[in-house]
Amino acid sequence: MEINNNQLLRFTTAGSVDDGKSTLIGRLLFDSKSIFEDQLESVTNTSAKKGHDGVDLALFTDGLKDEREQGITIDVAYRYFTTPKRKFIIADTPGHIQYTRNMVTGASTANAALILIDARHGVIEQTKRHSFIASLLNIPHLIVCINKMDLVDFSEERYNEIIGQFEEFSSKLLVKDVRFVPMSALLGDNVVNRSQNMGWYGGGTLLSILETLHISSDINKIDARFPVQTVLRPQSNDHRDYRGYAGRVASGIYRKGDEIAVLPSGFTSRIKSINAGENEIDEAFAPMSIAITLEDDIDVSRGDMIVKRNNQPEGEQEFDVMLCWLNNDAAKPRAKYTVMHASNEQRAMIKDIIYKIDINTYNRNTEDKALSMNDIARVRIRTTHRLMLDSYRDNRNTGSIILIDENTNETVAAGMII
Amino acid sequence: MSKYYLNYLDELESEAIFILREVWAQFENPVILFSGGKDSILVTHLAKKAFYPSKIPFPLMHVDTGHNFPETIEFRDDLIESLGAKLIVGSVQESIDNGRVAEEKGKNATRNALQITTLLDAIEANKVDCAIGGGRRDEEKARAKERFFSHRNDFGEWDPKNQRPELWNLLNGKHYEGEHFRAFPISNWTEMDVWNYIKRENISIPSLYFAHEREVVFRNNSWIPVSEYLKLEKGEKIEKKKIRFRTLGDITITGGIESDADTLDKIADEVSTMRKTERGDRSDDKRSETAMEDRKKQGYF
Repeated sequence: MEINNNQLLRFTTAGSVDDGKSTLIGRLLFDSKSIFEDQLESVTNTSAKKGHDGVDLALFTDGLKDEREQGITIDVAYRYFTTPKRKFIIADTPGHIQYTRNMVTGASTANAALILIDARHGVIEQTKRHSFIASLLNIPHLIVCINKMDLVDFSEERYNEIIGQFEEFSSKLLVKDVRFVPMSALLGDNVVNRSQNMGWYGGGTLLSILETLHISSDINKIDARFPVQTVLRPQSNDHRDYRGYAGRVASGIYRKGDEIAVLPSGFTSRIKSINAGENEIDEAFAPMSIAITLEDDIDVSRGDMIVKRNNQPEGEQEFDVMLCWLNNDAAKPRAKYTVMHASNEQRAMIKDIIYKIDINTYNRNTEDKALSMNDIARVRIRTTHRLMLDSYRDNRNTGSIILIDENTNETVAAGMII
Repeated sequence: MSKYYLNYLDELESEAIFILREVWAQFENPVILFSGGKDSILVTHLAKKAFYPSKIPFPLMHVDTGHNFPETIEFRDDLIESLGAKLIVGSVQESIDNGRVAEEKGKNATRNALQITTLLDAIEANKVDCAIGGGRRDEEKARAKERFFSHRNDFGEWDPKNQRPELWNLLNGKHYEGEHFRAFPISNWTEMDVWNYIKRENISIPSLYFAHEREVVFRNNSWIPVSEYLKLEKGEKIEKKKIRFRTLGDITITGGIESDADTLDKIADEVSTMRKTERGDRSDDKRSETAMEDRKKQGYF
């Protein structure tokens, strides 16, 4: 399949087994012809063994042994399909309450989130939870899939009622772009193919929406941020004096000749050259992986950030984040953690838990100071040295952190800078 | 370039380069696990880009089962020479000779499972703390949950329930002495993406991927190449066919398909119309429905 200039779109799916999420993904893969013969054969056999009529589409997204035995999904699974218009990466996350952590993980790099609603039940607490997480993670596009329309007689009235329910609570959320699609994943209505049963619906199918979402503006192209990953110093005669700063542009655009500052030191210089692999180029933008050389011989190393002289992030040692706790062991007050931010690492301490959020009601609780698995709270963090911070709303790549437990080395929390 | 967005191949390339550089920055002794197959050749090509104008700053490591296609070994040695890289070889034959593992018996005996011990021994002997592999999440359902940085305990085991969450572009490679990581820079690539990229970059790959005349035997729905290790079963006969291989494993278990695709363009076209997953011809995955998962847990890729 030749795909010219077609972009990569990442989306995440939230919903539980009961909403028909696995069936929806199976339907997307099946109707977009992304299922192979041997996969189909294996699923057909399994369906027959289980006594299902026809092919159980949900089986395409079945993963590990434990899950197949228990009939649940654990953790984030990634799936792929390509159409002539785009390549898609699905971060498929389980929808049970104890899996907030997985949804946050899957959502962190998504351009779009699919929120599944069972048309019979309408908006339920779980819908609010998923929408809240999508909003917290600043996912640019939200697609509300009102599924199982076949079980409510494809009723337009019911569909509008659910949109009403959704809009009532979602006005408090910060999502820029929300779409609604009435569908039946089981029968295939409005997933890839247009529904014959819902002539009253004038919008696009789920796939056509995914293929046409405007995602070029999802990455910040205004504020130039270049976290240095590593320094390239070849030991060869041809490149004796080469010092290249290698990394991936987190946001913005860099051009040869730009006046830059290196943070935290504050030294200034100009961009002498930009390389993408063996090719020298005149400009680079997010999310390109490049190597930059500077006119002046200044000290730059991993963890530093190269920015434009006239547009610099805040250097902070103490800052507030919305933190999602991801670990079985609860947060320890005043315990030391390692914080990772862009390419930088520091030791950090949780100074204060300001309030916890009830993700069903959005109420703030200032009394409860315990942070355990799946909790989301506003906390104050203090680090040993300054970090070059942007707010997460402005910049997902330089506005996000993770905390690592120094004893277990596990990633225990994800934070979004306020 | 004027539009300020990347096409999907450039984005995948940029992501893979980012991960390779992150491995180099976070680990002491990384290696690229090199099998001579297209995925590990691709990873090596990306590593060359990631560190240019420096040479790839870490060795390539090949677990040699002793049952390789001769073409694979020849290709490996030429590539190493052109890169000026260092090669570490872990030998399954040596593991057998030292009594670390025993040769499988029976009709479908392979050295596939034996690789695990050899690989883990080589990792330990060379103090490798991160082994970079060409694994892709679309290959097999057990890989769909794999992380970019995949933690292994001090027995080299992978526990699907104990993988660290990976958010944004923040990769946590912290570990204790004796533990190691596997890193998968091309996690998000599909077989089609790999071929499109190989075509675009004009990367050389072993001749086995291109259709050619070869002596083969029809077994388990695919064409197994004739080699000194192949024992003919009753009713099987050697035939000459024009075939190509979609993946390169051991010569004893890798099945070819009948094909006329003898150029990169033709292969890419063939793959895009293929209705079978590429590992569908690997008999090692077919032994049971969870074969890959079970082997991963023991420390396979």
